[in-house]
Amino acid sequence: MRWWKILTVVLLLYTYIGGLMITVPDVGNLEHTIRNAFFHIPMWTSQFITLVISLVYSIKYLRKPNAINDIYAVEFAKTGTVFGILGLATGMEWANFTWGASWSNDPKQLGVAVALLIYFAYFILRNSMTDLDKRARISAVYNIFAFFIYIPMILILPRMVESLHPGGKGVEGNPGFNGDDLNTAMKYVIRPAYIGWAMLAIWITTLRLRLHVFTEKTQSAV
Amino acid sequence: MTAGISHIAALLRKDILLEIRQQYTFYGILLYVASTIFVLYLAMGQPLPEVWNGLFWMIQLFICVNAVAKSFLQENSGRTLYYYSIAGARDYIVAKIIFNGLLMIVMSVTSLALFRILMGDVVRHPWKFTGIVCLGGVSLSLVFTFLSAIAARAKQNAAMIAILGFPLIIPQILILMRISNAAFSDVIQGGMLLMSLVLAGLDILVIVLAVILFPFLWKD
Repeated sequence: MRWWKILTVVLLLYTYIGGLMITVPDVGNLEHTIRNAFFHIPMWTSQFITLVISLVYSIKYLRKPNAINDIYAVEFAKTGTVFGILGLATGMEWANFTWGASWSNDPKQLGVAVALLIYFAYFILRNSMTDLDKRARISAVYNIFAFFIYIPMILILPRMVESLHPGGKGVEGNPGFNGDDLNTAMKYVIRPAYIGWAMLAIWITTLRLRLHVFTEKTQSAV
Repeated sequence: MTAGISHIAALLRKDILLEIRQQYTFYGILLYVASTIFVLYLAMGQPLPEVWNGLFWMIQLFICVNAVAKSFLQENSGRTLYYYSIAGARDYIVAKIIFNGLLMIVMSVTSLALFRILMGDVVRHPWKFTGIVCLGGVSLSLVFTFLSAIAARAKQNAAMIAILGFPLIIPQILILMRISNAAFSDVIQGGMLLMSLVLAGLDILVIVLAVILFPFLWKD
């Protein structure tokens, strides 16, 4: 067991205990739902980090066609998608209590819906091909193309649609999270939470990678 | 550089000649445009300007998928190998982009005319709106040209292009709706120029990505 895995466990324990125990500031109608910040927002940072890593491995694959790069790209994309779904679920549950509806055409909700559609399309594209080399190359191209269109999209969307998110000023900009609402105690919890969840995402991916490589090997042995 | 331009011109000329000789594809798409809008007219009658706008761009989207899809799907692998030996990958994709852009301008203007005849003439600034429609048609064709290249390499059909492309086309569609809503109102709203510039910026991004990534799709 490597040191960073122990650190992940410690950080996440700290996030759960601290996140549920500390006194939180009283902001509008949020009440105690503000604690969702420790779990909901890190999903997005983790998703984004894994998707960026997936992109990097796709670029690496095109530069140097090595099957392992392709496996890395797809496994990181899968973890990113799972974290996207978790982020969406935690967000929708929270929105039920604070906004009165789980879906309200918020730009960030639209953004994640688009991201999920893009990566589902990526997996379908992959599965439509049987030739391994071709599959790796074509899906790498789509991964890169889609990612570089997705980035301007999440910059444009919030300026086109009104936002309900905390700190969201609709057409005036795209502040992801209003830092002023956090008191010092919350900051001490949320910063390690970002790191902990992101490391958990990477940990899950490394396990899946080992499984993937192992199955490939056993299949080729047979 | 001049060799590149002459290659692009030759490939473009080939595509246009092919279109003129095999007219059934061109008229096929034209008929697709006409019949879709006619069915829409029978179903909807003459809707409100906002609905008109939404329907118009959705129809443009489907026309684009159908018009652009064939650009790579029609090329068989033997012929692709031949192009590979006489021209570079970049020349090839640029020629396809220009050709599909021109095709989409023709289709967009046609569907705009049909929309104005059948679905009610709600456009207040016709010339400006025609400009927006041309820009929009080109924007859509850029994204779908590259995706049809991907789908063709994966030996898939137009449905795959739609799956791959619809999530990616959202920013363009949203900006186009916003710009064209301005063309329906009496007062010209501010920010229209900025929006058009953002759209043009997105188009340049797509072209750059296509030119960089296409060579990887091409080689086998």
